[in-house]
Amino acid sequence: MSVLVYTENWDGEFKKLSFELVSYASKVAEMLNTTTAVLSLGNVENDELMKLGKYGAQKIINVRGDVFAVLDNQLFSTAIADISQKENASVVILSNNNTGKALAPRLSVRLKAGIASGVSRLPISIDPFVVYKRAYSGNAYAHVRIKTDIKILTLAQNSFEITVHECNATIENQEITLDPLLVKTRVNDVQKQTGKVLLTDADVVVSGGRGMKSPDNWGPLVELADLLGAATACSRPVSDEGWREHEEHTGQTGKIIAPNLYIAIGISGATQHLAGVSASKYIVAINTDKDAPIFEAAQYGIVGDAMKILPRLVEAVKEMKSK
Amino acid sequence: MKILVCISNVPDTTTKVRFVENNKKLDTTGIQWVINPWDELSLTRALELKDDPASGVTSVTVAHVGLAAAEPTIRKALAIGADDALRINAEPSDAFYVAFQLAEVIRTNSFDIILCGIESSDHNGSSTGGMLAELLDYPSVSAISSLQIRDGQVGITREIDGGKETLTLPVPFVGIVQKGIAKEPRIAAMRGIMMARSKPVKITEPVSVEAFTEVLEYEMPEPRAACKLIDPEDPKQLISLLQNEAKVI
Repeated sequence: MSVLVYTENWDGEFKKLSFELVSYASKVAEMLNTTTAVLSLGNVENDELMKLGKYGAQKIINVRGDVFAVLDNQLFSTAIADISQKENASVVILSNNNTGKALAPRLSVRLKAGIASGVSRLPISIDPFVVYKRAYSGNAYAHVRIKTDIKILTLAQNSFEITVHECNATIENQEITLDPLLVKTRVNDVQKQTGKVLLTDADVVVSGGRGMKSPDNWGPLVELADLLGAATACSRPVSDEGWREHEEHTGQTGKIIAPNLYIAIGISGATQHLAGVSASKYIVAINTDKDAPIFEAAQYGIVGDAMKILPRLVEAVKEMKSK
Repeated sequence: MKILVCISNVPDTTTKVRFVENNKKLDTTGIQWVINPWDELSLTRALELKDDPASGVTSVTVAHVGLAAAEPTIRKALAIGADDALRINAEPSDAFYVAFQLAEVIRTNSFDIILCGIESSDHNGSSTGGMLAELLDYPSVSAISSLQIRDGQVGITREIDGGKETLTLPVPFVGIVQKGIAKEPRIAAMRGIMMARSKPVKITEPVSVEAFTEVLEYEMPEPRAACKLIDPEDPKQLISLLQNEAKVI
């Protein structure tokens, strides 16, 4: 019995999300009185692999291969299921990001293992195995019992504190024989966002709504985000109008995010918008309408015109940084 | 080419949810039921493709696992243009149960492309589509933001962490759809609503299978502390609070 975590790599590197997953998994393993193994698929150097050992993993299973350069759901889920069985894993943990969402359900069928997706806390109990997860798009939380012997959890991003817990991990290189005919998807083109903080990774997010009035007014918002090392986001009407790319849309049907700080500028805070941002640790609202629902979700607010307040905020941050 | 769109019946996204029976069940009093938003996007794109003769899409079917109470949602899908519907007459107890029932009807009716929304707005599980693909042993692509078909070739754009990939794959496959694939959902016109009444809805009984999970109870999120209002003439104060009180910048 063990807890197995799968983390993807990004061009051979891990990121915060990986360490968060390992931190979470090692706490689950503690509850089950067992050990944590991390699985990496693809070409990652040993130095990078060893980073995973800092957060409570005893074993790092490394399966190299160029075949893992792009995500094929059948290939990856076959590989993860194979290792899970070899490791006799009783809990398998993935991220609730796009990759985890693509792989966890396939694994579930392969391993006859029930899934709880988007968990944001440690299990409530382990016998029976009950977890706490988001439901009704953040308007409620559910206590879900997983009835199968093997359990799969996908962890909501930015929901668990990264904790250093050095375990003298060892790297175990393994090989898996996979049928190349399994790969049906052919990736022709990859466009990567460069030089920008990723919305789903960001600690701080600066977001604009219809109150920004026009796509031409975004300059000071972007400047504020740059100064804070923040990602930029927007509400649905803004992306529907084409003022900003739909990749920036946060909300129920857009991205679900949980940064430490979410600054909502000219966003009224409809239920559907809050569904995507309510897990943020702090919300700041800037809006002309003092009765806007965003103020109910926010800890700090300014009632006023974003066009006037934004440049002053930019100045205030510059002043703070110069000190 | 035949497309199947799997649809879930969910409370309208503006619903303030409440629970009954010791927080075990959703209070359905006064709830408006709608097609799950991502399923609706899938359906919208499927219908756009059917309208374009170059796509070679000949029919769009919707499938739903649920009891008769979901009929209005199925009729809505037919009213906006789906050709026919399949309803598996069972309480959708969890994602595995639903995927298992869908796999069963797909094996007996052949489809080239099966579309599912990336999650449902009630259970937020993001599981049914991937499970269905694995049960059928079909390839799957998740987080699809664009779907094109030309000369029998399928072109897909999917969102990855920090970017996009364009790819091709053979049919049959399961496509798991997110935002971006279609813009505005269609609104049913009177003619569509009239026509929907005579479109076929085939009802089948479920096969026996155990769900993997069960919801024991629901709870409401913890209420947030009251909002601290800052003088709009003094935004410096906000920056100072974020730095020294919240310690987030």
